[in-house]
Amino acid sequence: MSKTVITSLGNELTSQFDKRFGRAEWFCVFDSETKGSSFIKNDFADSNQGAGTKAAELMVELKADKIISGDFGPKAKELLEKLNIQMVVIQDSTSIQNIVERISI
Amino acid sequence: MPRRTRLRKVVAPPEFKGYKPYGTYKNSKEYVELLYEEYEAIKLSDYDLMNHKEASELMGISRPTFARIYESARRKIAKAFVETKEIRTVFGNTQMDDSWFICNACQARFTIPKTLKQNICPMCSSDQIESLNNQK
Ligand SMILES: [Zn+2]
Repeated sequence: MSKTVITSLGNELTSQFDKRFGRAEWFCVFDSETKGSSFIKNDFADSNQGAGTKAAELMVELKADKIISGDFGPKAKELLEKLNIQMVVIQDSTSIQNIVERISI
Repeated sequence: MPRRTRLRKVVAPPEFKGYKPYGTYKNSKEYVELLYEEYEAIKLSDYDLMNHKEASELMGISRPTFARIYESARRKIAKAFVETKEIRTVFGNTQMDDSWFICNACQARFTIPKTLKQNICPMCSSDQIESLNNQK
């Protein structure tokens, strides 16, 4: 069992990859076993402070093993490292679908 | 006795080797050297919007040292802008955060948590991965 969270600008597989972590619009949760995906709105995207920390805490709730984003803030990095959640940074401008295909081979 | 220069922790190196001005007739061969720790100081302060206290703790240095590095970084960038000089990033006195790796096949950067047994790229499964710590 492995759950990957991908930061997304929208709530569909055709949505674009969001390069922000704490301030990502949506989180796509991809289950590598069932190949299913679901989208969770980031309620803290617009908060002034602590968006990274809040997002990191949400990752624990989602039981994420791996997160793919464009950048992690220093606080989120520190937390995720402690939580043993793998962080993956890519700079591609692409769709969620494309990333899902790449990791599910 | 010579003063010991402490290593500064840099979370990830800049993703560029430098910046060049364009649209100028001045073809200057001169350049400004921006140290990795100076890049990190600018990033933490002006991009991640951390205060000096948080940023200095993250880099494992004192606040006055952080303030000095930050000031030096800003002056170098200002100098490069005003005098239309190229900016080159150089290693400096940095110690990379040792948990980051780069995939030479797809350029993804990632951490490998202790709980993970496999040392492959999480994006393309390539084993051509390298620790960012060893990059000079
Ligand atoms: Zn790769």
